Amino acid sequence: MAPSGDAAGEDLSYHSDTAPLAVHDLTVAYHRKPVLWDIDLDIPEGKLVGIVGPNGAGKSTLIKACLDLIPKTSGEVGIYGKPYRQQRHLVGYVPQRESVDWDFPVSALDVVAMGTYRQLGWFRRVGAKQKQAAMEALKQVGIEHLAQRQISQLSGGQQQRIFLARALVQNAQLYFMDEPFAAVDAATEQAIVKLLQSLNGEGKTCLVVHHDLATVTQYFDWVVLLNMRVVAAGPVAEVFTQENLHKTYGGQLGLLNDAAKALSYVTR
Amino acid sequence: MLMMVSSAMAQEAARDQRALTHSQIEWPSTTDVWEVATLRNYNTRLVVLSTSLLGIAAGLVGSFLLLRKRSLMGDALSHATLPGIGIAFAVMVAAGGTGKSLPGLLIGATISGVLGLLVMLAIRNTTRLRDDVAMGLVLSVFFGAGVAVLGVVQSIPEASAAGLERFIYGKTASVIKTDFYLISGVAAIIVIFSVVLRKEFTLLCFDEGFASSQGWPVLALDVALLGLVTAVTVIGLQTVGLILIIAFLITPPTAARFWTHSLPKMIILSALFGGMSGWLGASISALLARMPAGAVIVLVAGTVFLVSMIFAPERGVLPRWLRHRNLRREVNRQHLLRGAYEILEHEARSSGSDGSVINLPFSRSALLSKRTWSSRELGRILSTERAMGHIEHLDHAMLRLSEAGFGKAARITRNHRLWELYLVTHADIAPSHVDRDADMVEHVLEADLVRQLEEELRARDSWTPVPESPHEIPSPSAG
Repeated sequence: MAPSGDAAGEDLSYHSDTAPLAVHDLTVAYHRKPVLWDIDLDIPEGKLVGIVGPNGAGKSTLIKACLDLIPKTSGEVGIYGKPYRQQRHLVGYVPQRESVDWDFPVSALDVVAMGTYRQLGWFRRVGAKQKQAAMEALKQVGIEHLAQRQISQLSGGQQQRIFLARALVQNAQLYFMDEPFAAVDAATEQAIVKLLQSLNGEGKTCLVVHHDLATVTQYFDWVVLLNMRVVAAGPVAEVFTQENLHKTYGGQLGLLNDAAKALSYVTR
Repeated sequence: MLMMVSSAMAQEAARDQRALTHSQIEWPSTTDVWEVATLRNYNTRLVVLSTSLLGIAAGLVGSFLLLRKRSLMGDALSHATLPGIGIAFAVMVAAGGTGKSLPGLLIGATISGVLGLLVMLAIRNTTRLRDDVAMGLVLSVFFGAGVAVLGVVQSIPEASAAGLERFIYGKTASVIKTDFYLISGVAAIIVIFSVVLRKEFTLLCFDEGFASSQGWPVLALDVALLGLVTAVTVIGLQTVGLILIIAFLITPPTAARFWTHSLPKMIILSALFGGMSGWLGASISALLARMPAGAVIVLVAGTVFLVSMIFAPERGVLPRWLRHRNLRREVNRQHLLRGAYEILEHEARSSGSDGSVINLPFSRSALLSKRTWSSRELGRILSTERAMGHIEHLDHAMLRLSEAGFGKAARITRNHRLWELYLVTHADIAPSHVDRDADMVEHVLEADLVRQLEEELRARDSWTPVPESPHEIPSPSAG
């Protein structure tokens, strides 16, 4: 299961051939307007990484570009040294909760079982084995009692946990999570934090798009400050500084207060 | 075969004649109804069976089209088939045929339908125009082109293009045996494809981004789904017509959605509704002269939809309204009993006795001031509670709880306070467990936790002690 890029060794264009994620010279543009500009990023193994930045900074775009969901204008992304399409089995993806219609006629268990579809392959049905795996994942996020519930009858936090469970069922090495903390209740927030820590304990790497600056130091050990470009990336203690936050959030007055609040945590 | 067709046509002509001479609709006789219902007539049998199969296929494919939120794309697609029909006719005439071969016409329809689809996707992907604009453009321009093409081909002197308009509204009477095989064969293929690709289509419809991240070919799946929609449209052209086929695609699944939250059940129901609408619609249209099958089918499907929307137990309007009303009444009755209990509790405390609550008479006005209900509202709630034997009127101003009512009031008050405390003290796990409707907290929470909550409540606030439970708390092993 442990990936090794050195054995393959043929693709040397990536920064690092063992890093879970190596982004090199990535530029993404929508309709000629660049959203991400010359991104260079190396994420080391086994870190909990927060991706923070103002609205429109390209946080979701970065994740989507890594997962080939949107076309890259230029640049390369390596997942354990290879292109994503060869490494899908190592990656779990948690999209934003708002990206789907929650009035869809499926149960919580059905959604989690979708995490097993790739392994199942074409035409094969979800069987007892897949249901069991989905149930285990639901247990990990603490809502196994809601397995048969139709998804529209769940709270926002519970829906978010289902998305997490769907990624867990894939048993990946590297997780991309797009705003899992957005608009969830306190109980869910704690459950997600616990889950992140347990994934971290198993040596897995998690990239989490995050909005709440006040909790960055508490939840993550690495941080990427993003605003169209990478302002800073590294261990929280080193790069989550007043100066860097000003560079990231600079023009946005409303957010300076948040940043100030966050800094009081850092300096404390 | 030919004789059969010509006799059917003669029959139809005679019926048209009669319908013309009588100005009003001619109602069928019981024998006619019986003949159609039992599929005695060979021609009727072909029409009814092929339309039912078409309905089943439309119901299946339509479920996914609806969930993919592409319903109107199906509408644009069906309108885009018209120019292809006219051009195919002209090509076949130029090649020396009569131009009336159904497979030939349907191939033309398919080509222009797919072309319309491609134009739609091109507009969407290369410009910043919104989906609805792309659909509206394709729908109207292709349909307009189709009408123009039909006008041109009808003026070709040596070819009779009469009857091509039947593809616009549909005309079941024109189905012959080879058409039947074609329609049924394609419908069967559509059914097989929708069933085999069920899992993949579900993922595509629910979460396109996740599907794509997992390496599923989202574009190919979309093309496959739209291909099935095209197939339904094309084989539906003859019987249902291109204007109304969209209703055949979206009405059955929309109706089915009202009955269930489970996708497999919804798909099966949708296929059933589609098949049923096709069967009934074609039968009724066979009985009523001058009644286009497409219109009747859509009316039948519309009726199924209306009934589902109003009466379906899961999501129907009426059951939901009733559930809401019952909940409101239940909450009001609980408020009434708790209000009464709290009045008695207050009296017991102010009377200076040992503080145990006794079932004494109390005034209606005290109850009225307990909550923000109007006197009339209170009267209504009181009368249902009296009918249930929970409360007795002593006179117009004084009330008393019955034995049963007193027990229930104590239980409701206790549950309410325990839930409140639970929500406060166990906020981290509480919301997913709270079920205020549960008659007894013990059925939802562990007995130990309930005891602990009771003790906490007693210790915490001497003014709102928890009433003794009228039931023994069952131990987990006994429960």
